[in-house]
Amino acid sequence: MSERRDYDVAVIGGGLVGSAIGWGLTRLGQRVAVLDEGDVAYRASRGNFALVWVQSKGLGMPEYAAWTRRSSDGWAGFADTIKAETGFDTAFQRPGGFTLCLSEAELEARALTMKRLHNQSRMVEVPYEMMERPALEKMLPMIGPEVVGGSYCPLDGHCNSLRLLRALHTGMEQLGADYLPSHIVETIEPRGGEFHLVTTGGDVTAGKVVLAAGNGNARLGSMVGLDVPVRPQRGQIVVTERARPFLPYPVVTIRQTDEGTVMLGDSVEEAGWDDRVGSGVTSVIASRAISMFPILKSLNVVRTWAALRVMTQDGFPIYEQSADCPGAFVATCHSGVTLAANHALVVAPMIKAGRLDAELDVFSARRFDVPKS
Amino acid sequence: MFRRAKEAGAASVSLSVDGQTIAAQAGDSVAAALLAAGITACRTTPVSGAPRAPYCMMGVCFECLVAIDGVGSRQACLTRVRDGMRIETQQGKREAGR
Repeated sequence: MSERRDYDVAVIGGGLVGSAIGWGLTRLGQRVAVLDEGDVAYRASRGNFALVWVQSKGLGMPEYAAWTRRSSDGWAGFADTIKAETGFDTAFQRPGGFTLCLSEAELEARALTMKRLHNQSRMVEVPYEMMERPALEKMLPMIGPEVVGGSYCPLDGHCNSLRLLRALHTGMEQLGADYLPSHIVETIEPRGGEFHLVTTGGDVTAGKVVLAAGNGNARLGSMVGLDVPVRPQRGQIVVTERARPFLPYPVVTIRQTDEGTVMLGDSVEEAGWDDRVGSGVTSVIASRAISMFPILKSLNVVRTWAALRVMTQDGFPIYEQSADCPGAFVATCHSGVTLAANHALVVAPMIKAGRLDAELDVFSARRFDVPKS
Repeated sequence: MFRRAKEAGAASVSLSVDGQTIAAQAGDSVAAALLAAGITACRTTPVSGAPRAPYCMMGVCFECLVAIDGVGSRQACLTRVRDGMRIETQQGKREAGR
């Protein structure tokens, strides 16, 4: 237990969002505490698919496409900095990535989605290509006969997200941040220009507080005048044994990791807080993956798991400072891997300065208050 | 290293291990046949490359993985020998598709 209990910033949540912001703030000389739960936590940061993904993001909010592209563009430098400071290789690669379609109907729907995305006014430039089977086969010769086409975006990539999480923790602790596990926040009280946090691990006082607790932000937000409408959305993942490298590009539902395993995902289910695996969904995941790459059927499955995404009703992030309790911020999204570079290098300096830049206004939860019709 | 408790009785079968012929007894598991023939390293690990041998002999430890008749990562302790069976030891990560 640390003797020092007063901090510039208390970050609530030790997952990828909280750790990236905590690391970023610590590098700027801030005294930071990162408060985490324990093994009871849902831990989306340990269950994710580890894509650093750009294609098709931002339909309905082109600013999100720009925000995503910016983080993707910053990722290589971010990964280099982490490696230089901590020695951990996050295995970031950006060879471009694919979405594969198993029927003409899927391919048409995909092409339409991409067209609508890029037809939006204020849309940032994101290069992509719709490919028919012959073009695809040149880049992915092992695709199965059912693959009719797909989309390719040269900006897409992936990483080892578990190592990223470990590297961020190591990095911020090296620089003096206090990581405080088993500190479940019970109350946050703004008092005298500070925030007093009562936790299961003791009290913590900080000048600012950042809510980065994933689905826990809904509960925490109400303590500091922030409405954070997030809900859990289940995704399931199947993992094979380690194989020699054979898949040079990540596909949105299939990627070979730097360590050789092949991850298959990524289902979407509204199942509340139920984070159990179901064989029906994992069977469909495996079956579709084998249709895309028949070679996969030779590999043994070694693990399956389910995890809960942190989802807003429109699927976009929330970044906001409380109007009622200035100094209280929320940062929440379901793309903690892709957006890690932005959280560390763009959001952290804004929090240090005490003000989110106007470019983030669009991500305020106030957007949910506007009547739709 | 290993000696059979009972030599006689069962019919003899022959297997190839990495191209070399060994004799086994009908009813042996592949893992038992390898150990009886003095082959104690059936694979190297995908992570460090350390040699591995059959260990639990009952299907839980997955140390005895070998390629059998062209299919990789089969549990040698749960597979009965068959005359003419082709066994290959595995080096590191397996190759997808075989």
